[in-house]
Amino acid sequence: MKPTYQQPTERGYYGQFGGAFIPEMLYPNVEELRQQYLSIMAEPEFQQEYQQLLRDYVGRPTPLFEAKRLSAKYNTRIYLKREDLCHTGAHKVNNTVGQILLAKRLGKTRIIAETGAGQHGVATATVCALMGMECIVYMGEIDMERQKPNVYRMRLLGAEVRAAMSGSRTLKDATNEAIRDWISNPVDTHYIIGSVVGPHPYPDLVARLQAVISEEMRKQLLEKTGSELPQYVVACVGGGSNAAGAFYHFLEEPSVQLVAVEAAGHGIYSGHSAATSVLGTPGVIHGSRTLLMQDEDGQITEPYSISAGLDYPGIGPLHAFLADSKRARFISIEDEQALKAVAECSRLEGIIPALETAHALAALDQLGAGPDDVVVINLSGRGDKDLETYIKYADAIM
Amino acid sequence: MNRIKDAFEKKQKNLLNIYFTAGYPRLHDTVPILKALSESGADLIEIGMPFSDPLADGPVIQASSTVALQNGMNLRVLFEQLQGIRESVPETPILLMGYLNPVMQFGVDNFCREAAAAGADGIILPDLPLDDYVAEYQDIFRRHNLRPVFLITPQTAPERIRRIDELTDSFLYLVSGPGTTGGANTQAEGVQEAYFQRIEAMNLRNPRLIGFGIGDKASFQNACQYAEGAIIGSAFIRALDGVDDAPAAAKRFVSSVLA
Ligand SMILES: Cc1ncc(COP(=O)(O)O)c(C=O)c1O
Repeated sequence: MKPTYQQPTERGYYGQFGGAFIPEMLYPNVEELRQQYLSIMAEPEFQQEYQQLLRDYVGRPTPLFEAKRLSAKYNTRIYLKREDLCHTGAHKVNNTVGQILLAKRLGKTRIIAETGAGQHGVATATVCALMGMECIVYMGEIDMERQKPNVYRMRLLGAEVRAAMSGSRTLKDATNEAIRDWISNPVDTHYIIGSVVGPHPYPDLVARLQAVISEEMRKQLLEKTGSELPQYVVACVGGGSNAAGAFYHFLEEPSVQLVAVEAAGHGIYSGHSAATSVLGTPGVIHGSRTLLMQDEDGQITEPYSISAGLDYPGIGPLHAFLADSKRARFISIEDEQALKAVAECSRLEGIIPALETAHALAALDQLGAGPDDVVVINLSGRGDKDLETYIKYADAIM
Repeated sequence: MNRIKDAFEKKQKNLLNIYFTAGYPRLHDTVPILKALSESGADLIEIGMPFSDPLADGPVIQASSTVALQNGMNLRVLFEQLQGIRESVPETPILLMGYLNPVMQFGVDNFCREAAAAGADGIILPDLPLDDYVAEYQDIFRRHNLRPVFLITPQTAPERIRRIDELTDSFLYLVSGPGTTGGANTQAEGVQEAYFQRIEAMNLRNPRLIGFGIGDKASFQNACQYAEGAIIGSAFIRALDGVDDAPAAAKRFVSSVLA
């Protein structure tokens, strides 16, 4: 089969990116998943249960909101896809609802996950509570500190949160620990990866589960603007799951400009950044050949972003392909610009966005969108979890 | 020439393979430790090429890798250190073990050329998939007379074990149970033995070495009942922790296992 942006090859490649570079200990698990994910997801009972949960539990479809005051400010037509209104406060739950149903059908009884901002951890703990499954979430020690409310939410939901103490003690290291847990528990455990990263079939699996975002966007755009196709779709990229979901049904529509926004931290070339598409080169991270930040010896370098969810030295293989083929435009936003965008969205639209999402909002003035253009921003999550950071940086924000 | 094969022909039982991380505890301990291991009776030696994110390794090897990287170890330094090693360690097989990414960045062909020139006999890259090995690496390995070593776990399917057995002329690395390196055996009694016996009964071409969780004389001898030998890594690294004279500690360790 010819690979497309929507469909990697059988071995999980998007162009030169993807694959499954995993130790033998993980091979049976990943292979089982690879052989079964498409057929399980195609089962009518799976679809029925998944759709019902998305509607009644997650609260989908999420609204597409015309942001009139932001539109006036930027002199273009801005719509916000309200993933912040999903149960648990971010898009992450679209994926965990699907994967928990998959895990049940694979006969797994124990769930593990990694988390950066804690949103994926909370979304995983939530569906585990719903299904009565054991849940262990790995989280970098630094992230446990900067996203404290989410640590308490996970514990309240019955999950065990384990601190990742190695490396930069952030998302990369939490992912390492989750993979090591899976190696140690190969039979009863399913690993719910939180983004479009990891070995094949995870990038494709997570992209498909997040694709509901753009599926809804097309219908809502038709209703509100008379056309299913906007001129721009903008999303932030950590691993890339909300962007993959927002882009998915526009990938093969060349008239739609796809804009992926990465975290530049203190500045792209400051040495404290997570702008992988600029600083990254091809290599293998977490089982996938993709763009990653590394030194000349192939050692993975420590990323930095104020936003725990974007503080990751790689991007999913689909995004590496989108960057390489120039199908998507990549923009990097610094900490301070993101903080300003938090205040702007809060004051103009009455919506307090997550720090991750604020990076997408901060890209608005770089798009070059005209007055008649329709710009959809994927509002991937709400800012409750970041309140402590917002208080700390109140001077910079206000 | 195949030093790995020769080692298994010379000694059919109780082969001891020791793993250590290059550049640990100090940058220039690599070669003195290697010589000490060989002199004190290790039958094969695996040199770990440190990586920032060693997914298959437990805390001990992770920590040694971090120290080694901080000490300045990288592939170029390692190959320099190994220059001329075959003059002092002519026979003991040397295997390089590490992760794919540093090798990819070095260039696979370059890596294999330098590894062979430095006297290495085999390569262990746990995150190199079999299909990718066959498609992209096999010819290069062969050209440089390097043997790959592949891991087998309790979950590896029989057909896959046969395929792995066909793909090399070295040994099969039997991972003793679920877990990363250095983990204790937490399996119910008999489970591990049944797995080792199941593999033994397959009458494979290659000899087998059991690794992960082997750490002393007792566990070494136990493993040797089910295979041609065993591999010790984390326990050896722990024995180097905080010592002034790493080669002396290496000798003491090997003697304690073989005593
Ligand atoms: C609200 C929100 N947006 C975006 C992200 C980044 O992840 P991804 O790139 O997979 O969407 C996160 C991750 O934690 C998040 O919580």
